[in-house]
Amino acid sequence: MEKRDFKVTAETGIHARPATILVQTASKFSSDVTLQYEGKSVNLKSIMGVMSLGVGQNADVTISAEGQDEKEAIEAIADTMSKEGLAD
Amino acid sequence: MSNRLDGIAASNGIAIAKAYLLVDPDLSFERENVSDVDHEIGKVHDSFSESAQELKVIKQRALETLGQEEAEVFEAHITILNDPELIGAIEQKIRDEKLNAESAVKDVTDMYIEMFEQMTDNAYMQERAGDVRDVTKRVLSHLLGVKLPSPALIDNQSVVVAHDLTPSDTAQLNRDYVKGFVTDIGGRTSHSAIMSRTLEIPAVVGTESVTADVHDGDMLIVDGIHGKVVVNPTDEEVKEYQQMADRFAKEQAEWKLLKDADTQTADGHHVDIAANIGTPDDLSGVIDNGGEAVGLFRSEFLYMNSAELPTEDEQFEAYKKVVEGMNGRQVVIRTMDIGGDKHLPYLPLPEEMNPFLGYRAIRISLDRQEIFRTQLRALLRASNYGKLAIMFPMIATVDEFKQARAIFDEEKQKMVEAGNSVADNIEVGMMMEIPAAVLIADKLAKYADFFSIGTNDLIQYSFAADRGNEHVSYLYQPYNPSLLRLIKQVIDCAHAEGKWAGMCGEMAGDQIAVPILLGMGLDEFSMSATSILQTRSLIKRLDTSKLQPLVDAALDAESNEAVIELVNQLDIKD
Repeated sequence: MEKRDFKVTAETGIHARPATILVQTASKFSSDVTLQYEGKSVNLKSIMGVMSLGVGQNADVTISAEGQDEKEAIEAIADTMSKEGLAD
Repeated sequence: MSNRLDGIAASNGIAIAKAYLLVDPDLSFERENVSDVDHEIGKVHDSFSESAQELKVIKQRALETLGQEEAEVFEAHITILNDPELIGAIEQKIRDEKLNAESAVKDVTDMYIEMFEQMTDNAYMQERAGDVRDVTKRVLSHLLGVKLPSPALIDNQSVVVAHDLTPSDTAQLNRDYVKGFVTDIGGRTSHSAIMSRTLEIPAVVGTESVTADVHDGDMLIVDGIHGKVVVNPTDEEVKEYQQMADRFAKEQAEWKLLKDADTQTADGHHVDIAANIGTPDDLSGVIDNGGEAVGLFRSEFLYMNSAELPTEDEQFEAYKKVVEGMNGRQVVIRTMDIGGDKHLPYLPLPEEMNPFLGYRAIRISLDRQEIFRTQLRALLRASNYGKLAIMFPMIATVDEFKQARAIFDEEKQKMVEAGNSVADNIEVGMMMEIPAAVLIADKLAKYADFFSIGTNDLIQYSFAADRGNEHVSYLYQPYNPSLLRLIKQVIDCAHAEGKWAGMCGEMAGDQIAVPILLGMGLDEFSMSATSILQTRSLIKRLDTSKLQPLVDAALDAESNEAVIELVNQLDIKD
C-alpha cells in the first residue's frame, strides 16, 4: 500500500472544481484509493464521498492507494494536488 | 382562435416561431415496491447514462458560450453521475427495500443534499447541495420520461418562454435558433430585457402569465416593438405581422446607412453615441451598429460566470480584448458592481433587509480592497492597448471617491515603479446614480474626470421605488421634471469644471428623452448597441439651438406625462 500525507493550503479547501479533478485523477487507476480526514475515510473515486468530508483550509489529510498501480496513482494525485494549488 | 398577451416591449423586432417552454416539468412520482429489482437497477443505469450524455452537450455549449469555468459546473455534474458510491448506494437501496428506481434515487440523493446543507460553515458545500439537486432532477426526468428543458438543448427555431431568464440561461442560448423570448416577470431594465437587446432578439417581458398560457410547441408571434404576444395566430395575423416585420427591417436598413456616419445634430454639433456592454463578445454588436465608444463595460460577468474570484490575468484578458477591439476609441469600464440583486456563491454577503441600499459595488470594493486592487491592476495593464477610462459605481460622497481614486493612484504608482508600462491618459470618473452625489456634483467634479449618469438606479433611488417591484412600477418616471433637474445638475456641474458628462442608463437611448438630454448639453449617450443607429438618426434631425425652450418647459413641467406631451409637440423633420 502507498500512502502520503498532505496539508490543504487552498483557501477554500477541497471544493467543487479541484475535488472533481482529484476524483477524475483517482478514477484513472485500478487501485482502491482512499482519502482520510479526521478519522473518516472515503473512496477518492467518489465525488460525493470527497465532498461529504468538507475538507477545509489547513486540514491534514492522508491519501492511500492499494493495488497494481498504487505507486503511479499516488504520484498522479500528488501532482494534481500541487497543480491545482490544493496542498503541499 | 388566437390568444393575445400584453407585456413590456423589451427588445425591438418581430419573431414568429414555436414556443420552447423553459419551465421545470412535473417530476412527481409514486413510491412503490417492486418485484423485479434488476429491471429497476437497469432503469437507474440507463437514466444515469442518458443524463451524462445530455450534460456533455450542455457542457460543450457552455464551454463555447460561457467559457471554461462555467462549463466546469457541468463537468462536476457528470462526475456526480459517474460516482461509484452514489450509484452503489442506490442499487443497494433497491435490493434491500425492493423500491422503485425513482424513490431510491430520491432517497439517496436527499441524504447527500441534507448532509451538504448541514455544513453551514462552508458556503461551497451548500452550493454543492444545489449541484446534487440539479443532477437528481435530470435523472428523474429521464426515469419519468419527461423533458427537462435546457437553453443549451434548443436545436430548432424557437421562441423561449420562461418565468424569467437567468444570466446563465441567456448565455447558453444559441442565437441561430432562438428567435425571440417572452417572460412572466421583469421590466425594460431587468436582466432578461437587457440581454435581449444585446443579443438583438425580439423580446416581451412582464406578461405575468405566459408560462401558464402557452404550451410547448404553440406557435407564437413576439412583437417586441409594441410589447404584444400572439399565441397560435391565424393566417391573417401571421400575414399582418410579417408585413410589420418587413417595415421594421426596411427602417433598420435605412438606419444601417448611418453606421459610419458622425453623430452630428442638424446644426453641426457633435455628440458621442456609445454602447453599453456586458461581455467582450458584445463588442461585435457595438462595431456593427457604429458605436463611437463603449460608455459602460459592466465588469460583473467576470465575477458572475465563475466559481471563484476572477484572477488578475483573467480580468486583464477580458479588458484588453475590449480596449484593443475598440481601436483607440474610449472604453469606460465600471469596477465591480456586485451586491443588490447580484450575488456570488463564493463571496458570501450578509443577508440584508434592503440589498439595494446595502453592501454593494464601491462599498464592497473599499472594504475588501484585495478584490478591488486585483481589478485595478488588471485594468491598468489593459490601459496599454487603447483608450481606457475607469469609473466607480455607487459613489455617494466625496470621501468615497477620494478613497477609491487614492487606491487607484497607489496601484498605478506601484506598477510604474516596478517598471511596467501604464497609459498616462486613463480618465477616472464615477457613476451618478445616488441623489446625494448629484446634489454635491459641484464638489465631486473637482476630483472626478467625468460623470456617467446611471438612470436606472437614479430613478429607483430618487423615487424610493424598487425597480423590480411591479406594484410601484408606475413610479418609474424617467421624464419626470424631478429627475430631469437632477440630470441637469450633473451636466452643469461637470461642465463648470471642464469635465464631460455622459449617461449610460436606458434613458440615453430613449427617443423621448434624447431631445431633452441633447438640449441640456449631455456629451455622451451610451445605450444598448441596437439603439445606436435609431438614436443617431434622431439626433441628426435635431437642432440644438432650438432645444432650449423645450428644456426650459420640461424642467418647469409638473409631470412625466406633461414632458412626453412637450416632446411629442416638437417639430422633428423626417
